[in-house]
Amino acid sequence: MTTKLSDAFSPGPTPTFEHSARESLSDSQLRRNLGKATQTIRHKRTVAVEEMPDWEGLREAGRALKERVVRHLDEYLLQLEESVTQAGGQVHWARDAGEANRIIAGIARDHEAEEVVKVKSIATDETKLNEYLEREGIHAFETDLAELIIQLAGETSSHILVPAIHKNRAEIQELFRKEMGTKDLSDEPSELTEAARLYLREKFLKAKVGISGANFAVAETGTVCVVESEGNGRMCTTLPPVLVTLMGIEKVIPAWRDFEVFMQLLPRSSTAERMNPYTSFWTGMSENDGPREFHLVLMDNGRTDVLADEIGRQALNCIRCSACLNVCPVYERTGGHAYNSVYPGPIGAILTPQLVGQGDPGPDSLPYASSLCGACYQVCPVKINIPEVLVHLRGKVVRHKQDMGGPPAKLDPENLAMQAVARVFSDPELYERAQRFARIGQWPFVRGGSIGRLPGRLAGWTAVRDLEPVPKQTFREWWRQHRGTG
Amino acid sequence: MGTLGYEGGTVAVRVALFITCFNDTLFPETGRATVEVLERLGIEVDFPYAQTCCGQMHFNTGYQREAIPLVRRFVEVFDGYEAVVAPSGSCVSMVRELYPMAAELAGDQRLAEKVGELGPKVFELSEFLVKRLEVTDVGAYYPHRVTYHPTCHSLRMLEVGDAPLELLRNVRGIDLVELSEPEECCGFGGTFAVKNADTSAAMLSDKIRHVLDTEAEVCAAGDNSCLMHIGGGLSRLRAGVGTVHLAQILASEIGEEQ
Repeated sequence: MTTKLSDAFSPGPTPTFEHSARESLSDSQLRRNLGKATQTIRHKRTVAVEEMPDWEGLREAGRALKERVVRHLDEYLLQLEESVTQAGGQVHWARDAGEANRIIAGIARDHEAEEVVKVKSIATDETKLNEYLEREGIHAFETDLAELIIQLAGETSSHILVPAIHKNRAEIQELFRKEMGTKDLSDEPSELTEAARLYLREKFLKAKVGISGANFAVAETGTVCVVESEGNGRMCTTLPPVLVTLMGIEKVIPAWRDFEVFMQLLPRSSTAERMNPYTSFWTGMSENDGPREFHLVLMDNGRTDVLADEIGRQALNCIRCSACLNVCPVYERTGGHAYNSVYPGPIGAILTPQLVGQGDPGPDSLPYASSLCGACYQVCPVKINIPEVLVHLRGKVVRHKQDMGGPPAKLDPENLAMQAVARVFSDPELYERAQRFARIGQWPFVRGGSIGRLPGRLAGWTAVRDLEPVPKQTFREWWRQHRGTG
Repeated sequence: MGTLGYEGGTVAVRVALFITCFNDTLFPETGRATVEVLERLGIEVDFPYAQTCCGQMHFNTGYQREAIPLVRRFVEVFDGYEAVVAPSGSCVSMVRELYPMAAELAGDQRLAEKVGELGPKVFELSEFLVKRLEVTDVGAYYPHRVTYHPTCHSLRMLEVGDAPLELLRNVRGIDLVELSEPEECCGFGGTFAVKNADTSAAMLSDKIRHVLDTEAEVCAAGDNSCLMHIGGGLSRLRAGVGTVHLAQILASEIGEEQ
């Protein structure tokens, strides 16, 4: 792990997916909450997508646009800087999470802000902005309902779009009663929402600085766009006198007309809506309206490294819809926390390891957190071939271990086994000998015509599955006996 | 044998059987059934002995440099055939979808060209029958209650669509029952089932629940790897439900019992 990213991702080794998944898999409340939520949303998405006559055409257009952005990123970013500056905004460049946090804290300090209000933003989760600001004596209030829930609970997000998807109504009721001091609160969604509204209203009016992420920023016009459901984002971007937007550099799109494509793809893929309730656009500053100061922070934080990888770079096409999480059979069962990453699910499994690089057991385990079933690729609105990138990254993980890990990596039992099997497969004679050996060598494990227990890493298989013994005759032996040709 | 849907008699196609190392070693009866079905349709089947493994396990687990010699071997062994047929959607998808990535990694332009030529000639059994030969009735008889699990790689990488179901619907005596949430992965995923054994088991438990809900005697699929996973779970639970490869159903005829 490179030091420049130490602000974005916790220092020291991260637990592996396999390890963390074990805990969440046995949490029956979590399994029920997530199973129900993801099944509902993915069925709704299917309906919302099926009513579109040209969905595949739109996906292709989305892919092509994003690919063009990534190919000409340098030009579009400079164009965006110019457009935003011309419209009265100020543009800052942040090489990494640490720089982004320092810039944002600096702006807040300049305005003597002790409190800031935030629109839901994964970019600020990536930089751990809230923790940084807290250390600087500035308290950040999350204003998205789900973000507020997990902030009050002291937890991290478990879903890109629905950060508190792992919690049900009763758990939220309990949390609000405790944290907001509202003893007689019921678990009715409308009552819970009203409690949050009352709690937040005062914060919106008091805050001197609002902080947002960005779904898109238009190079041609300098317009920044935030897509949301609750209207809290609109409050944060219009009420406080100062607005700061943090965005990853890959969020730029070429032109205003490109919204035609993305505004059809995004809501249907994420919330299964034809149109989301609130879409805010702002271009620099306006006379006598909205914030008096606008800052756009353009953050790299590992993205240009991703750009250098021809297969992996498609991860930068992501528009954060979360459709891949909702269809993923792994995510549905383990939840987002098992990924130990700001970006969970299939997209997290390809994005996080690329942002942090190889060598940390946590991110290194993420490309393996998939059965490669391909459901994610099928729903991705910008056609990111997630299974392809997963396989590619697995290769990078293994090559990094083999080339940098020294003798311990070479003596790793998995590596030794894979080397031996590759050798066997490269020679038909050796291969046939190995087949015969398997037939003979299996006898200690065969009980009553099946194998119920295997040693070592294979024990995971036989924990819940039997294995049929190797039969007496291989196919090639049969062929040789009956056909004799080849 | 009933009327064969296919009227062509002998077809001027010589195909190579790509048995896959998995079927060769663990499920030889699937290979024998594949040969039987193809020969019944008048196709001449070759079995190149020099074949071993397509390299999928190595490639998908990240041991990609180790897989490259296996890719080269495969291309050499099957070069020159009009069609290569395998009773495995997963191994075929490795050849068709991932060999280009392997050739790219090898930095070998000639290998990339060969892979590009060979790929479109490699077929999973059901797609070869239905899409290439346009046969949907192979004259099979299988008097059992069966549910069908469409495996992920056949479904989403090869896009075989309804081909296996079309074949099954024309089997005499079969009682075909629909599986709910059929498109959801069973949790096998190659080394995933070992590396993430717990998550894999959680996925398997839901697949087994759906299989048991159908009250079928057997669960069929076009990949023995997925069936080994589903069948392994069913066996451990003593559920009394078996698994069978699609090829073996298609090879069954009146007067024999699989």
